[in-house]
Amino acid sequence: MSVAKPLPHDAAKLHVTGQARYVDDTPLPRDTLHLAFGLSSIAKGRITAMDLAAVQSSPDVVAVLTAQDLPFANDVSPSAHDEPLLSDGTVHYLGQPLFLVVARSHRAARVAARRGEISYTEEDALLTLDQALAANSRFEEGPRIYQKGDAATAIAAAAHQVEGSFELGGQEHFYLEGQAALALPQEDGAMLVNSSTQHPTEIQHKVAEAIGLPMHAVRVEVRRMGGGFGGKESQGNALAVACAVAARQTGKPCKMRYDRDDDMVITGKRHAFRISYRAGFDDAGRLQGVDFTHLVNCGWAQDLSLPVADRAMLHSDNAYAIPAIRIESHRLKTNLQSATAYRGFGGPQGMVGIERLMDHIAYELGLDPVELRRRNYYDAPDEGSEGGSAPRSATSPRNISGKMIPRDNTTPYGMEVRDFELHALTDQLLKSADYAARKAEISKWNAGQSDLKRGLAFSPVKFGISFTLTHLNQAGALVHVYQDGSVHLNHGGTEMGQGLFQKVAQVAASRFGISMAQVKITATDTAKVPNTSATAASSGTDLNGMAVKAACDTIRDRMAEFLAQRHQTDVGAIVFADNQVRIGATEISFNEAAKQCYEGRISLSATGFYKTPDLKWDRIKGQGRPFFYFAYGASLTEVVVDRRSGENRILRCDILHDAGASLNPDLDKGQVEGGYVQGAGWLTTEELIWDPQGNLRTHAPSTYKIPACSDRPDVFNVALYQGENRENSIYRSKAVGEPPFMLGISAWLALSDAVAQFGEGYPALDAPATAEEIWRKARRLSHGV
Amino acid sequence: MTITFHLNGEEVVLKDLDPSATLLDFLREDRAMTGTKEGCNEGDCGACTVMVTDKAGSKPLNACILFLPQLNGKSIRTVEGAADTDGTLHPVQEAMITHHGSQCGFCTPGFVMSMVTAHKNGATDHDVQLAGNLCRCTGYAPIVRAAEAAAEQPVPQWIRHEPLPQATETEMLPRSGDALATLYAAKPEARLVAGATDLGLWVTKGLRDLGEMIFLDGCEDLKQIEISDREIRFGAMVDMNRVRETLAPLHPSYAEMIRRFASQQVRAAATIGGNIANGSPIGDNPPALIALGARLHLRQGDRRRDIALEDFFIDYGKQDRQPGEFVEAVSIPRQPDRLRVYKLSKRFDQDISAVLGAFTITLADGSVTEARVAFGGLAGTPKRATHVEQALLGQPWSEATVAAAAAEISQDFTPMTDMRASAEYRLETARNMLMRYFSDLTGASQSVLEVQL
Repeated sequence: MSVAKPLPHDAAKLHVTGQARYVDDTPLPRDTLHLAFGLSSIAKGRITAMDLAAVQSSPDVVAVLTAQDLPFANDVSPSAHDEPLLSDGTVHYLGQPLFLVVARSHRAARVAARRGEISYTEEDALLTLDQALAANSRFEEGPRIYQKGDAATAIAAAAHQVEGSFELGGQEHFYLEGQAALALPQEDGAMLVNSSTQHPTEIQHKVAEAIGLPMHAVRVEVRRMGGGFGGKESQGNALAVACAVAARQTGKPCKMRYDRDDDMVITGKRHAFRISYRAGFDDAGRLQGVDFTHLVNCGWAQDLSLPVADRAMLHSDNAYAIPAIRIESHRLKTNLQSATAYRGFGGPQGMVGIERLMDHIAYELGLDPVELRRRNYYDAPDEGSEGGSAPRSATSPRNISGKMIPRDNTTPYGMEVRDFELHALTDQLLKSADYAARKAEISKWNAGQSDLKRGLAFSPVKFGISFTLTHLNQAGALVHVYQDGSVHLNHGGTEMGQGLFQKVAQVAASRFGISMAQVKITATDTAKVPNTSATAASSGTDLNGMAVKAACDTIRDRMAEFLAQRHQTDVGAIVFADNQVRIGATEISFNEAAKQCYEGRISLSATGFYKTPDLKWDRIKGQGRPFFYFAYGASLTEVVVDRRSGENRILRCDILHDAGASLNPDLDKGQVEGGYVQGAGWLTTEELIWDPQGNLRTHAPSTYKIPACSDRPDVFNVALYQGENRENSIYRSKAVGEPPFMLGISAWLALSDAVAQFGEGYPALDAPATAEEIWRKARRLSHGV
Repeated sequence: MTITFHLNGEEVVLKDLDPSATLLDFLREDRAMTGTKEGCNEGDCGACTVMVTDKAGSKPLNACILFLPQLNGKSIRTVEGAADTDGTLHPVQEAMITHHGSQCGFCTPGFVMSMVTAHKNGATDHDVQLAGNLCRCTGYAPIVRAAEAAAEQPVPQWIRHEPLPQATETEMLPRSGDALATLYAAKPEARLVAGATDLGLWVTKGLRDLGEMIFLDGCEDLKQIEISDREIRFGAMVDMNRVRETLAPLHPSYAEMIRRFASQQVRAAATIGGNIANGSPIGDNPPALIALGARLHLRQGDRRRDIALEDFFIDYGKQDRQPGEFVEAVSIPRQPDRLRVYKLSKRFDQDISAVLGAFTITLADGSVTEARVAFGGLAGTPKRATHVEQALLGQPWSEATVAAAAAEISQDFTPMTDMRASAEYRLETARNMLMRYFSDLTGASQSVLEVQL
């Protein structure tokens, strides 16, 4: 069986030879036109005049479009219809598209787009959380509140209290391939769109609205993206719609790709948060009550901000059973880029909140931070075997007679945690990473240093798997077996580097018992599989793998039935394995079987469909079972910092991550390594800076610093936890796209641990903990400044 | 303008060339060779890396900010030419597949070409070789594992032998300093192009028309490095990788700064003359050179003059350079190495400095006899900290002296706050650099980069 084999990415050879084709690499018809947006230069106001004469007369310009020229919907929003493709006369952020240039070359379009003379009446922009809060500028009528028990009373009644507040910055996706789309007009007004998107159906939907045709007139194809990370869930709409509208108007193919600086200035990023916390706990550090307030900087349009902010609330417990908790979330509307989906989708922000709180409590109590966390973990499942090394008695209180009180093992939103793997996983990681001995050695080393200190920190991950918008948890597939035995595979998921296509192909090959070479992976295509959900929420393999399995099984069952009849044997005696079909005592090749079935007039094509079972979620009440299961992981990071400059470095990282029964251990490990580095980058060097006018100053890799090669840990030990999904997922594997991102939190906590060595007091780092932030907090601890 | 180069072993002659056309656009748009990717179009991500071979050897370069005239007489190998013509993969390609070095694949061609070049040159300092290639998916670990695995394989024959074409003689590509002097004196409005690592962005980001361009790459005599008992003299066209190699044994702290200030690709294109002549307030070479007492050699036609490097930088955007005058060389007096250069940036590799401090402090009988302290990032030009220097001169070399001198830094500079750092951080860490210099020279200090497990 090809499932569970560590095969390379299906396109690896195409990648390394430069043959893998992205949107911008598509050979173009000779008359293709190129587009660029003219952008606003203020953050908020009204346009009083647009003089586009110089744009029109710029060399090689074919057309210039404004909102008035759009034939149908002027809307690229994925949610609230509040995001016009081109400004309706109002300006909501600096960088907002105002007009569209259609030109004979990419460069000509870019040159012309800068020649607009726009007059504005400027208004006061809301750029910060405080400004937005003061102006009550928000999405939804007021804050969303989820709660369990009476947090205020529990906090007040506890033996100890702690409180604090910190800033948590956003993050640019920095997918290496910028946003791109190509629209090719077809006969009868139809449109073929090639887009770098995680959500082909959304592109199809928005394009259809924009050109005034039903969805059946628009076909969207996506072979691969050069990275997505959530940044291509909704942000590709504008380019695809612009191309389709311009193609409709000119009758010519139209292509648009953002230059990197434009991409960073126009598109949304991870939501920045301010998180305030208050907690009460007992002498042993056990949480009694917790209160969080999230101030969420959503930017100017709603986009996906509501479910992002919800998911942050849903991860405010992370791995900890909290008897009473209240989470209040304000979704604030500001005049910045509209924040959007980004790997983890709010989960990382919520998780950083509780991990910060645990770090603070450990500091206050002088308790080992790992031990503190373990005391607060959810209980392991009853059968005990998986979590056997950490018996319930370690975490559950006893009543007066010494009997165990079964602890309430439910999340703040009322979902029972039934698959908690972290007790055993933590044991294993601490052992393999030699935690205790290293902690002692670091402490000794630090005692002999004045300017440099090392820090060590652990953080666990419990991440909920499923879209919280329940209806999105569905997928379709289309599988053909040709008469020569070769298999054509298609499903609704998109490939952005995560290895989805390969993992799903491994499922297909396994169902038919054939080799991978026999399975052809094909581009995602709305004409093959309709009504797809975005490839997001780590759901790609879970959903599409199941849908493909269903399609393959339908065909296989038809084949088996036919072959059984033909060979006068029982269907149960038919086995598909090793490129053969065993029919009782006889054995024929799969190819021969396909030929016989074809000649026997058996349908060798099938769709497959899957919907995640058992989900029930009320996002207003904050109650239900939003997740099918949880994925787990834990990391231990060691850093060194210099107080004179704040310079710092990750020295070592050890990770144990739960991918269930992995479909492809090497590809999954790749997600873990990459996710950790991206997560650590978010919390350290990746800093977004806007000037007081709302101008993003970090709009290129020269100023926005994602981790470079040498920033990965010197020692980087990554392993997968040996287990299997307790829920019936595809081959009992677990989703692995987003969860490892949050392993990077341990890097931020390790920096906090190192800074704490410079003096008295909790460092209270903001994020990102840039060198300057570390210098500032280290200075405060050592000099009281 | 006409030029000749080899592209994956085949000769290409381009006539009536737009001199500001980049190699990347030529490959992707004119040749439909789309393996080489555009990631940032400013030389920071490395997705467009190609291998360029000339008489001095093979180096990785960013095609996005490489003007075609810079390639006259050279050989280019792109990702399409990494494998043999029969499809046999290069060992780094094989290793990248086996070790899962690609995920989304978009940065991969650039990585492959950096790795092919490093492999050819026998370089195994992978973190340094790959500092200019950004990957957002893998976290780099599998890529480095691939580089390590491939290092054991021999250089394939099709990569080892890279014949060079004859360069085409073209007016705007002078072949010597003399020819350049004559041409530039006659066309003082023309734009001089050295490595184009800065000028390239004027075209790709500024969308500017650069007018007439004179390309200095053919001036072999400006690529000379002369080391005598008296001085080290770098011709203006010496690239920063060669500067780094030359200075590594003489002033290791300077060489280490060069390693960090740009990627392998950018250092291979960037020249020491260009880094000075563009007058950037955040160029990292000038403070280090000023701390070493460097002199700048300028030439206009047949007239030559030398000035102290610090005198070249008059004000923000203004240098002491006459129309038609160009930087010919920079020379550093030979001296015992007391130089330390400290570079502060958000990221260690390939990041523009928030502050760069360079220090050479000379002692006799325990007292300071000479102090050269220069900073970048604190003012509109690279500048000496004269108050700090004065506070050091004649004083006993002690912690107290250094602390007192460090306090003077606010007399010398009023830095600004921007996206790289706050004014306060710049000033305070600049002070700390002087303290760090003191402990460095007494052997008590360590950098986080030196901490190894």
